[in-house]
Amino acid sequence: MSFDQAFYTIGRLDLLSYQDTVVHRLDARVKVAATLLFVVMVVSYPKYEVLSLMPFFLFPVLMVSLGDLPVLFLVRKVLVVSPFAVCIGILNPLFDPGTVTVLGTTLSAGWISFLSILVKFALTISAALILIATTSFPGVCGALRRFGVPALFVSQLLFLYRYLFVLLEETLRIIRARELRSFGGRGREAKVAVRIIGSLFLRTVERAERIYRAMLSRGFAGDIPVLRRRGMEAADALFLTVAAVSFALFRFLPVGEWTGRFAQELFR
Amino acid sequence: MHMADALLSPAVGASFWAGTIAAIGYASKKLKQNIDDKMVPLMGVLGAFIFAAQLINFTIPGTGSSGHIGGGMILAVLLGPHAAFLVMASVLLVQALFFADGGLLALGCNIWNLGLYPCYIAYPLLYRPLAGDGRDPKRNLAAALVAAVAGLQMGAFSVVLETLLSGKTELPFGAFALLMLTIHLAIGVAEGLVTAGVITYVRSARPELLENAALSGPPRQSVSIRKVLAILALLAVITSGGLSWFASTHPDGLEWAIEKVTGGRGVEGSGQGVAGALRKAQERTAVLPDYQFKQETREGDRGTDGPPPQSAAGAGTSVAGIVGAAIVLLVSLAVGFTVRILRGRGKHAQ
Repeated sequence: MSFDQAFYTIGRLDLLSYQDTVVHRLDARVKVAATLLFVVMVVSYPKYEVLSLMPFFLFPVLMVSLGDLPVLFLVRKVLVVSPFAVCIGILNPLFDPGTVTVLGTTLSAGWISFLSILVKFALTISAALILIATTSFPGVCGALRRFGVPALFVSQLLFLYRYLFVLLEETLRIIRARELRSFGGRGREAKVAVRIIGSLFLRTVERAERIYRAMLSRGFAGDIPVLRRRGMEAADALFLTVAAVSFALFRFLPVGEWTGRFAQELFR
Repeated sequence: MHMADALLSPAVGASFWAGTIAAIGYASKKLKQNIDDKMVPLMGVLGAFIFAAQLINFTIPGTGSSGHIGGGMILAVLLGPHAAFLVMASVLLVQALFFADGGLLALGCNIWNLGLYPCYIAYPLLYRPLAGDGRDPKRNLAAALVAAVAGLQMGAFSVVLETLLSGKTELPFGAFALLMLTIHLAIGVAEGLVTAGVITYVRSARPELLENAALSGPPRQSVSIRKVLAILALLAVITSGGLSWFASTHPDGLEWAIEKVTGGRGVEGSGQGVAGALRKAQERTAVLPDYQFKQETREGDRGTDGPPPQSAAGAGTSVAGIVGAAIVLLVSLAVGFTVRILRGRGKHAQ
């Protein structure tokens, strides 16, 4: 991922997370819990399972449409990220000795498991992106804090996020300066990177010292209090229940199979 | 390299999450004991720094390809292992959420692979003893190289173990491990060179920073042997557990690899281990026993205790399954589309 792209992605997801929709208004904790449950359910399918994963697409589709998220942007993100799973999975057809007959065509069983990896990949990756685009990073941090994650860890997470944009802008300027001064492969050696990273580090430490002093003078005592505390509401409980029940239904009952039989009966 | 959700089984994902959560708890507790509040903003801002520094590409010497730093080792040297581990965990969390690097279940594995090994193994056991007081640039370079390479090799090997324990891929263990370790050797060398360079640079510009960092970590030269042994024992248990699983499933690694490549069916590998147990659980929970797409179609995978293959009825099931899945998918998309339209109307009405 190029620097500009990364910068744009974070900014766009950050903006999206401050929209005001039904999904955005839900408590962060139920969204985190539902997303984790979703991921575990999807991943728990055995490796030759493709078709019975299809009902799970309902969750990202509903979250995207109810949460008013840009479909193309998310699809593009899912397509470009982390080719690792694809690279490893594409070897399955080579190494899998079994064969499968699908609608009269015989092919290596590895294609089925590869397809299964791709579907799981799309589902889990989109779930993570949707979570952040509907919950906001401070929201997720608040949820983590209330799930019992140590305060120190959560506080520095919030700091990280706050200064991410500042540092990214600084790095963007540095990288632009390097690009302007380098022709061909010049200027991209490790030696240059060392100096860039070194001076960026020093600037960062100095910035952290200034921030700390500014915070001390405003009464900082090691913890960042969360101002907006709210309890679980009926809507939150309902969301989590519906999500959990439907995931369990999709996972343990052959929903797709029944639909198919029903359709066959209908058109007979 | 980031582990991905799609390659993980829930059991493996959950165990690494458990290990990672324990490590985060441990690091937070340790940090609370011997730091001041100053560390909190410093860690946060340095997390943002690592995030930005990872986006700075450079040419990996000798390979011509471009890469970026991981940053675990730089942080461990400059902040001490506990703070470094927490910062790495936060950086990976942000990446998992915003770049969807790997996903949420795999995050436990990724923090373990890219945070725990450099901060808690490579730094205290390799960098510290090798670098001495760190003033000699040559010793510093050697120590950073060895530690960065070792940390990345452990991480890469861990990715191999996680992938194979999950049983979603067909890759033979030996070939996969060899591939991953070789790739990460080059990356490790680059990481080591940049780490050493940055440390030397920081030392020449602001030497007091390194002294402060050393103070906020555990005191120098007194890495508790007992703790190191405990961590190593834990790792040994995990590694040997994984290896023994392979040993029991595939008595001869090479033979197994050859059989896999040549398509031999001598080994009934996929019926055992975590993947097998999960599949059995799934078979038990299946409401319609004939809904077994893979069992009826895939010959090589049929276990001895599996149901007999289906004939005509089986083909019907398969078609119904495909049609049904397609319908479900289309209905989902239609629901989404309808919601969009309805919402659009609602907005115009206001």
